[in-house]
Parts: sequence; structure tokens; C-alpha cells
Amino acid sequence: MTAFDIYNTQLYREAMAGHYSAWRIFREALRGQRGWSRAWRNPEPASRYDVVIVGGGGHGLATAYYLARTHGIRRVAVLERSWLGGGNTGRNTTVIRSNYYYPASAALYDMSVRLYENLSKELNYNIMFSQRGMLMVGHSRHDMDLINRWAGAMQINGVACEVLNRATVARLAPALDCSPRARYPVEGGLIQRRGGTARHDAVAWGYARAADALGVDIIQGCEVTGFLRGPGGEVVGVETSRGRIMAGKVQLAAAGNTSALAGLAGFRLPLTSYALQAFVSEPIKPVLDTVILSLATGVYLSQSDKGGLVIGGGLDLYPSFAQRGNLPVARSVLGAVAEQFPSLGRVRLLRQWAGTVDVSPDSSPILGESPVPGLYLNCGWGTGGFKAIPVGGTLMAHHLATGEPHPIARPFGLDRFARGALIDEAAASGIAH
Amino acid sequence: MLLIECPWCGPRDEHEFRYGGETHIARPGPPEAVDDAEWTRYLFERGNPCGIHLERWHHGFGCQRWFNVARDTRSHRIHATYAMTDPPRAMPNGEDTP
Repeated sequence: MTAFDIYNTQLYREAMAGHYSAWRIFREALRGQRGWSRAWRNPEPASRYDVVIVGGGGHGLATAYYLARTHGIRRVAVLERSWLGGGNTGRNTTVIRSNYYYPASAALYDMSVRLYENLSKELNYNIMFSQRGMLMVGHSRHDMDLINRWAGAMQINGVACEVLNRATVARLAPALDCSPRARYPVEGGLIQRRGGTARHDAVAWGYARAADALGVDIIQGCEVTGFLRGPGGEVVGVETSRGRIMAGKVQLAAAGNTSALAGLAGFRLPLTSYALQAFVSEPIKPVLDTVILSLATGVYLSQSDKGGLVIGGGLDLYPSFAQRGNLPVARSVLGAVAEQFPSLGRVRLLRQWAGTVDVSPDSSPILGESPVPGLYLNCGWGTGGFKAIPVGGTLMAHHLATGEPHPIARPFGLDRFARGALIDEAAASGIAH
Repeated sequence: MLLIECPWCGPRDEHEFRYGGETHIARPGPPEAVDDAEWTRYLFERGNPCGIHLERWHHGFGCQRWFNVARDTRSHRIHATYAMTDPPRAMPNGEDTP
């Protein structure tokens, strides 16, 4: 094989074009790591795009990626007020699951789990999706009634799950206090084995890199300050901190800040923004290899590959844009961890933070058209947006490209509130929202 | 932790209270004259401001009364508490960073 032959191999050309692989790591190790380039460009905004997406988190980036890849619409800009993936995409507890109650939700979230299963390969970016199982623990006869009802609904919806007895729960989670004298005695559980966790930053970065490679402009530090209207009142562009940008269509993917953007466009939404806290402990030896949620306390935790315990709980139940949580909720969440996992009671915390989540009255997302022509909505994911990034992107790209809602997105339109066709998933995570 | 000035009991810890949603939302009527769009606005649509929010709180572990609070959602700072039947408080919505 001559040097010319090597140059012509698929492997070599992919390596030169920025494809990530074991071969590339090996090659760069030999070359002193000089061959790595930036994962995405930092372009100046153009004057006009076919689609402008407001919000450079997971949902916005995924929508841009699927517009370019599935529908061939490449004149797309993602405008991010601060930095890419710095909102809820970088602030969640990385849980991915589809253990919902209603058929519409099961179809939505299970599509997302299926997309996540293939995402590392599709994006050529390791998002570290680990299907370690999502285990919900019941602590009373009533919790077990709920679990059985829940399991029945999931199985009818075609989402595999198993109801577990106390012994199995104790074997899956040895750190959990399953003794008869526990403060929250364990009766049994429910597990979705295809659930798990992924590296949240990698999901944003992977979509950003793949979208950028297809020609999408990702513009950070660009705040939308107003909407430009056409003669019929339709949105024809956005006014930003970096100038005026015309657009065929504009989509909002701004989570907790969607209400403010809607205000700029002159309408109100059924959304309230709350703070959702999360915590990470110091790294400790492996103690938990599943995601575990207690129905009694609403606390859930998993252990990252680095060893830190990633802990979450219920919302701070008053509106907040402060991106920090409050002490009473932190105390109840961490107190529950200490009570339910006695061996973790002395583990020290490394970090605590909060994201601003946009909660809708039925705890289901709002996807599709807004009251203003030309302006589209992807919001209302509340506490569960991360798990839905691939499906949110896929469905909104379909709607923006074809002008019609995807059949799976149709029940989640804004019109459901006027029709009274709510999809009430308030109990879906077993936490009071 | 919020320190909330109940109009009846004085300053108390946050966990004695429960948040009860946006305040000053008038129920439209008479019901037979209200269309679906109007009901939707009344039941579901909220201001959700990033700034001063006028909201209801209930002093569950105290006097059991409802009252209104003007609170900044950026800093959580409480600017005023006032009685349920008082008119809306006009508040300057200046910079108030977290």
C-alpha cells in the first residue's frame, strides 16, 4: 500500500474531515494533538435565513440539525443569548426515560429514547447514553397500587417495564435502606430498563457540531430583543443585539424565558417559570448503578461515571428566574437522601444549582404554531426537557419544513387548552410539580 | 429562605406559607357570555414576568389567611405584602440581579 492509497481510504478522509474515531485519537497522539480543529464555527449572523431558532440549548440545536439533515433546509441560524447549552441543557440531572401514563406522552417520550439509543453513532459524538435502568421505589400499599396502575398503562402503550418486589429492589440498590425499620420502608418498585442517563453537555455539543457541519450558523452572544412583522402581522424576522435578521420562520426554544419572548410578540402563554434544583456530591466509589426515584420523597439520584452522586427533587414552588434554588427545598431533598441511603448521609456536596423550567398547566410540552403566523413554539417541557431533546428537534423540524405538525406532536399543540384536551402528566415523574 | 411579612402575623419563615399563583386575575362573567378563548385566558394564560410578580400566598401554619405579595422573580426580594382585596401595587421593575 502506497501513501497515495492510504490517502484515498475512507478512514483517512474521514479523519481529515473532522470525523471522531479511535484511529483519529491514535493519529493525534502521534502528532502531538496538533490536528484537532474547533467543533463548530463562530460565524457572524447573515442578513437572512430560512429558519431562525431562538435558544441554543438542546432543543434548538436538535431542531436545526434535523432541519438540515432530514429536510435539507440548511440556511438555519440558532441564536443564543449567552453560551451554547448554558441553560437547562447544562443544568439537568441527565435522566432519560419514557415511563409516562398517557398514550400521547408514551409515543412522544419513547420516540426520544429510541433516538437517544442511536445518537452517539448518528452524531459521531459520544453522548455516553447508559441504559442503566430507571427504578421507581414504592413505600406503601398505596404506592404499589400506583405502580401497578402505572405499569399497566406503560405496557398497554408498548413501553417495557417490570414490577419488582422488595427483595429485587434491595438487590438492585444495596445502598437503599430496605429494612423493616426504615423511615420509608420499601414495598417494591417499578423499573424501565431502557431508561438511564447521558452526558448532557455532550448532547448539546454533538448536535451543535453535527448541525454546524451541515451549514447551520450557531450564533452565541446574540439576544433577541424584538420581532419584525410583515404586512399581515406575520413574523418575518428578529431584532437582535447583533442587528436585524430576516427569517422565513422563527421558532422559540427558550425554556424558562419563552414567556418573555412571547410578550415581545404580543401574546401570553400558559407557562410559569420555576427553579428546579440539582446537586452533585464529591466523587465516591461505585455505590449505585441505576437511576433511583422514591415515590415517598420525590428524590431521585444516580451516580456519574466520575463517581459523583447526581441528586434532584421537586420544584421550588414559586416562580423564579434566579437560577438558584432555595434552602427549604434543598433541605428536604438532601434530608431524604440521608434518611433513605444511610451510608450516604456523610457524603459532602460539591455543587448545587438550579435551572429555570417552564411548567405548563398539564405538565406536558407545547409544540407547534403560536397565535402569531410565522412564529413556532417548542416550550413547556418543564422539568423534563433533556430527555426529549431528540424528539423535540425531530418533531419541530418536521413542522417547520412541511408546515404540518408531525402526528406525534399534534396532541401537544397550544390549541389543546382552549379545547380542554389536556394531557395531564403532573404525576408522571412521581414528584409533586 | 424567604422571610415573608404576613399582614396579620408579621415576619415568618417561608415554610409556614404556600404559594398560590398569580393574583388580581378577575373571573370573567356571566359564564354564558364568555367564549372559549376568554376562558382559556382566565384559566391558563399567565404573565410569568422576569421581574416584579404580584402573587397570592397562604399562611397555612399561622393565621390561615390569604394575602398578596409583590416579589421580584429575579432576586426573590419581597417589595410589599398587602391585603387580598387591596388594588394591585404599581412597582418599579428596575434592575434587580440575583
